[in-house]
Amino acid sequence: MFEKALAGGRRYWLWVGFLLAVSFLGLFDWVREQQIGLGVTALTRDVPWGLYIGQFVFFVGLGASALVVVLPYYLHNWKAFAKITLLGEILGMVSVFMAMLFIFVSMGRPMRLINVLWYPHPNSLIFWDINVLSGYVLLNAIVTTTILWSERQGIAPPRWTRFLVMLSLPWAVSIHTVTAFILCGLVARPYWLTPLMAPRFLASAFTSGAALLALLALLMRRLGVFDVGEEAIQKLRTIATYCLLTHVFFDLNEIFTVFYSRIPEHVAHIDYLFAGLDGNDLYAPWMQLSALFALAALAIFLIPALRNRSSLLPWACAFAFFSMLIEKGLGLMVGGFVPTAFGVTAAYAPNLSEWTVVAGIWAFGALLITVLYKIALAVRAEAES
Amino acid sequence: MKITRKDFLRLSGLSVLAAGAVRTFEAAKAAGQSAIRPLRGSGGAPRKQLAMAIDLRKCRQRPGCDLCMKACRDAHNVPVIADPRHEVKWIWNAPFAEVFPLEQSAYTERNYTGSPLPVLCNHCDEPACVRVCPTGATWKRSEDGIVMMDWHRCIGCKYCMVACPYEARSFNFVDPRPYIEHINSDFPTRSMGVVEKCNFCAERLAAGKQPACVEACPANAIAFGDSSDPNSPVCLALSASFSLRRKPELGTGPNVHSIV
Repeated sequence: MFEKALAGGRRYWLWVGFLLAVSFLGLFDWVREQQIGLGVTALTRDVPWGLYIGQFVFFVGLGASALVVVLPYYLHNWKAFAKITLLGEILGMVSVFMAMLFIFVSMGRPMRLINVLWYPHPNSLIFWDINVLSGYVLLNAIVTTTILWSERQGIAPPRWTRFLVMLSLPWAVSIHTVTAFILCGLVARPYWLTPLMAPRFLASAFTSGAALLALLALLMRRLGVFDVGEEAIQKLRTIATYCLLTHVFFDLNEIFTVFYSRIPEHVAHIDYLFAGLDGNDLYAPWMQLSALFALAALAIFLIPALRNRSSLLPWACAFAFFSMLIEKGLGLMVGGFVPTAFGVTAAYAPNLSEWTVVAGIWAFGALLITVLYKIALAVRAEAES
Repeated sequence: MKITRKDFLRLSGLSVLAAGAVRTFEAAKAAGQSAIRPLRGSGGAPRKQLAMAIDLRKCRQRPGCDLCMKACRDAHNVPVIADPRHEVKWIWNAPFAEVFPLEQSAYTERNYTGSPLPVLCNHCDEPACVRVCPTGATWKRSEDGIVMMDWHRCIGCKYCMVACPYEARSFNFVDPRPYIEHINSDFPTRSMGVVEKCNFCAERLAAGKQPACVEACPANAIAFGDSSDPNSPVCLALSASFSLRRKPELGTGPNVHSIV
């Protein structure tokens, strides 16, 4: 099936070439980081996890969000999602793979990663995370390949694929729950010490996933590559609306508990993120922008006059996606570490080296999506004709 | 009186409940007793646990003294890195208000600000770092309660640094070897990309010596020993004076005490 990825026009090859170039740039920068030491990044003794782990959390969420198309299609028989479900599964698989790359680049001794399996310590959530993440990638790889292969042969997919698909639903919830548990069980970090962490993660994940799938669908329609159908896009919009509402509701719950109780060490982190502390307000504009984006997306999703203008839909999806990306992909980490256990407002801003590695992984993820979507759509087009 | 099967079941159910209640009550009583034992963090059978008591009154008489820190650096090849972002610290000075934020008041500020105090790994009864380590590269040694590290197994994920409420752990952001003042060939140097921290001088204890910081202090400010032995130096020092531990409310059971 892979030969389908090699047949493309000039536009396709330019895009693939660009993504390859950025991927290699990121790879070279990571090799340099490993040679000189993670001191090349902006990470510090006070903020040992930063942009990389933030991106890891965000992409695990994006991976889990395949559920928003798989569940309605397989469990509730929503025919509108017939064309998009496979694309959702591929997006989920690639996202989780990217998440694993983000863990890998943040490690000081990545070549010793095998120690996690060699000396398994189930008391550590990282042990569970590595297992559920690789299991999820494997599960989705088997399902998508088998479905495509069957479509190519013109036969119905074997019945066991349905079992694997059903298994992937709770599995999707588990990957993001375990990721939340990595953070929310630590007495050292009051900002994360909330049982609402996993539900919040799932709500924001499903928002960003539905929004990104809608955006990709709109983009593919615009480029004339593929049309998933208007009904599917509208249903994705509905899902994104409810998930975003839930997410905002969860966030306001956190805000209430923290600010009504006024426990100093809980207040300090949110103060730092949204307003700044001790004159350090680096993240305040970004966190405010994230909140503003969420409200703007909600306004477009909910207000009838705006909701009915189809030209606004991509904007709403982009707002929702970037709101989640800022809050989870960076703010979550910084807020957890600043102020530190010593009450110090430590400074951390990701530097060029980190952004380069992140750009490399994003480009590699986009490359995988491009190639896999191309294969999937070509196989489908062939089977239909 | 005839006892039907239903009555019998009811009766046996009630007796099980009663027995359970008595047990719970006894357990609660026992827990209450263990909580007033001065040094136990988690209760249970008395087990050897090394602990340290630092007499800050003696420290304050020697302002600017850092002999314990210097002795530690020399004993363990701890690098001296000027950039605070990449510092490697085993035992170091920190301001009172940062070490004991909840004990801070206008009075403590007047008395203690300006006299920083030594902080180090607390070798906790319930170490959060050990719980989160995915490879077992850090563990609590059963024979004496030291929280140990294997620098060859550490994968550098830094989860232990994230989990430690005392920020007692340091990551080697750069190759530490060029920053070591005098290399001690009896102790390993570390490589880039692994985490390290105070080991209560496990290697010196094995040779029958006291920890380097304890030995180096000219004022004998640091008492060290087994907290389950009432006659150990640490217990004697603590029974004579009032002391503080960092964040005991977190349930980690820290074993480094500061006599203020």
